[in-house]
Amino acid sequence: MTELLSTEPIRMLVFLVGIVMFVAFNAAYLTLLERKASSWFQRRLGPMEVGPHGLLQPIADGIKLAGKQIIIPDGVDRVLFILSPVMVSVPVIMNLSTIPFSETIEARNVNLGLLMILSFASFNVMGVMFGGWASRNKYSVISAARVVAQNVAYEIPMFLIAISLVVVTHTFDLRETVLLQSGGFWNWNLFKLGVSPLMPVACLLFFVCLLAETNRSPFDMMEAESELIAGAITEYSGMGFGLFFISEYANIVVGSCLVTILFLGGWNCPFGLYPGLHWFFVKMYGIIFVVIWVRWSFPRIQFYGLLNLSWKILIPVSLAHLLLTCVMVKLW
Amino acid sequence: MVGVVRYFRDIALGLYTLMVGMAVTFRNMFQPAVTLQYPHEHLEMTPRFRGPVELIRDQETGQPHCVVCMMCQKACPTGCIDVDGEKPAGAKRKVPTRFILNFTTCSLCGLCVESCKFDALRHSRVYNQASTRKEDFIMDLLHLKENGGAS
Repeated sequence: MTELLSTEPIRMLVFLVGIVMFVAFNAAYLTLLERKASSWFQRRLGPMEVGPHGLLQPIADGIKLAGKQIIIPDGVDRVLFILSPVMVSVPVIMNLSTIPFSETIEARNVNLGLLMILSFASFNVMGVMFGGWASRNKYSVISAARVVAQNVAYEIPMFLIAISLVVVTHTFDLRETVLLQSGGFWNWNLFKLGVSPLMPVACLLFFVCLLAETNRSPFDMMEAESELIAGAITEYSGMGFGLFFISEYANIVVGSCLVTILFLGGWNCPFGLYPGLHWFFVKMYGIIFVVIWVRWSFPRIQFYGLLNLSWKILIPVSLAHLLLTCVMVKLW
Repeated sequence: MVGVVRYFRDIALGLYTLMVGMAVTFRNMFQPAVTLQYPHEHLEMTPRFRGPVELIRDQETGQPHCVVCMMCQKACPTGCIDVDGEKPAGAKRKVPTRFILNFTTCSLCGLCVESCKFDALRHSRVYNQASTRKEDFIMDLLHLKENGGAS
């Protein structure tokens, strides 16, 4: 069995199916978690009807979405219109292929993994932009332009922090990054105060950038459910919309994985005991919970507030952090 | 210099207020939910709620207090009450044989309840009254089920 698994095509197939299933399961059940968590925060009950405590709700939602007609409005750019949901969802699956879930579970170890994830993450914006542009709807175009402005603004501090982490770890390899943090929680990048005393701040900034990059509230200019209908994806229906939705949640998963790997020591246990997949998932879903918690705590900020936050606070602070890290690494 | 101080103070203050906001939601997460699962659960209506009128029955015999004095029928401004009764042989008072409330015209004014001198009528606390059939609102109060509703 293990011999069969280790042959390359079989291995790739197993991981491809596994990742697609992982994405689908997460996208489905994160919507339920989102709705349940929002109801806890607002002292409601959330979905309760389908299955015990609404546990089968995502399946019902999926069936409903799959059963809907895909409407292609008159005058849209058909090729781009159909292509853009695919362009949004494929990079996410690519990203998950290089994430080391544990010491042995990783589809493909790329020694420039961090670079690959960050570049594919920026690819995602293009899909949304094409979707808005191809919709032949001026509001979608406006929303798409906002998304581009937002993502460009927040990619810079994200990359700066990633660079400062590379300065610390000397590697783009995510597996290597985690291995360097093995041991107790004092070895995690988050607590490497000797290398840079601003490390927790950097983690916070990275988290904020993650929220903005995945178009999550309070930075959800793209969707803005309550006032923009669905922004760039207004004209999509059925599974076209579903793909955008899945990729949004999958992006959150990838982002949380990245925070876990870069700052929280990946699959390592805080006390050096029994490292493994379970610790990775504990940390990852903890971060996802915080993402949801933030969404249901804060109102959406205005667009200039969003850009001000990035250009006036995040970028200077992350630049300062990069500089400080370089100096500290050079000195010690 | 003042600008620099304000820059950092604004950041710190902003972070602090964000934390306060998150603490509020976190505390509320552990509070019990206030939702009423409506079709599965029902609220008990308040005592003075005016539902469609019902007959008050004797606690022991289950017979209505009504003596068919017809006061309610006369008091009703829309004429939605239709009472008829008979006097069984040997009985002291009349007993109703028909008590129909046409709820489609009833305005719940309560004049029938006020006019009743024998403590035989009261407003029920029924509020789930929706129906798609008009006949459901021609209510036979004599044979109405205990929990009410459009029977």
